[in-house]
Amino acid sequence: MSHLDKQKTDNVLPALLSGRGLYCERDDRVLFDGLSFDWHPGQIVRISGANGSGKSTLIRILLGLSASYEGELQFAGQPIKQAVYDFRSALLYLGHQVGIKTSLTPEENLNWLCPQASRCEVYQALEKVGLKGFEDVLAQSLSAGQQRRVALARLYLDTKQIWILDEPFTAIDKDGVAQLERRIIEHAQSGGLVVLTTHHQLAVDVEEVLLSEHVTGGRH
Amino acid sequence: MLSTSPLMALFKRDLLIAFRNRGELLNPLMFFLMVASLFPLAVTPDPKFLGLIAPGIIWVGALLATLLSLDLMFKSDYEDGSLEQIILQPQPTLLFVLVKTLLHWLMAGLPLTLMAPLLGVMLALPEGGYLPLVLSLLLGTPTLSLLGAIGAGLTVGLKKGGMLMPLLILPLYIPVLIFAASSVQAGIDGNAYTGHLAFLGAYLALMLVLAPVASSAALKISIAR
Repeated sequence: MSHLDKQKTDNVLPALLSGRGLYCERDDRVLFDGLSFDWHPGQIVRISGANGSGKSTLIRILLGLSASYEGELQFAGQPIKQAVYDFRSALLYLGHQVGIKTSLTPEENLNWLCPQASRCEVYQALEKVGLKGFEDVLAQSLSAGQQRRVALARLYLDTKQIWILDEPFTAIDKDGVAQLERRIIEHAQSGGLVVLTTHHQLAVDVEEVLLSEHVTGGRH
Repeated sequence: MLSTSPLMALFKRDLLIAFRNRGELLNPLMFFLMVASLFPLAVTPDPKFLGLIAPGIIWVGALLATLLSLDLMFKSDYEDGSLEQIILQPQPTLLFVLVKTLLHWLMAGLPLTLMAPLLGVMLALPEGGYLPLVLSLLLGTPTLSLLGAIGAGLTVGLKKGGMLMPLLILPLYIPVLIFAASSVQAGIDGNAYTGHLAFLGAYLALMLVLAPVASSAALKISIAR
């Protein structure tokens, strides 16, 4: 999407996800203060900052899992608390723990995580993340990276518009990282919004949210 | 439509997990059996005396066995991140809690109910007590699971929550225990026990409405950290 096009959508549509004056404090330490943003479909947003700068905290606030913040969050122009159903219907979240059950096979895990996907689609998605032939192997005998790949297969199955990914590249090998990056860019180009935290440098232009600059006090 | 809903998917997934780890399902049943089989050895094998205390022993055993199995209700989901995925589903969390509670009852309360008449025989329960025993367990154990979901939701994030949960929910278990055990006693004495069962039914109906709301709120607090 060119710069001009982006300007146009800015004016016409309300932002998909926006924040106004977000403030969060943890253990007497201000993580961010006055954080405002407007994120539109087609954007890739990278939340960056040093370890402990509040990246995951911001992610949890965006998801609505944490209420320890001040300020306002909006989904498609509505306060997020009034649009919970719509927001969550449009949301795909992958966190540090990805919800893979070790006593189930990758196929069975995906049957639960993406109930609407057909068996054929599940097999295709598993093939795309390099787990062809592992469909019927219990997840407990897969490596940590392979288990994460099972969860990443959701990115090929779900049709959710907003992806919120907390460190998606963890434990993934080089080829997997390149492939995941392609998938993220593809999703943004087809009108999705991707919010992620990572130290990995993506190949395309991303919207940066740098958290450390907001820190005003040290830990005492 | 129903087969592709996330609720049904969760139900199927947990049944499958329970089937894969079916050894764990035996734990509460073994505990129940041990409690009931040790009493005749420790107290007296006299059938007359055993018949007197049998209703109480069986119900206390069933209650403690349920308590023992509650820890696992949300624990693994909390640890592997499934709980976050459940809470982030667009459907209200309390519906998922109801599914989880139903599963817990199917795997703890129902087997205990089916096993109880056998323990009644072991403890020389008089004849009139069997029907109220099974009926009271059928009405009482779902209440135990529902109340347990509140305690399990509150303590799921605690590393050393071992003793806290029984402390929290035992007071709420007491009415079930009193009315259930006395319904069996009434049956043995040849009195009407429908009043006791009606109370158990009313308590179940009340908890069916309140417990999932309380439990889903507790889970959200646990996950917010």
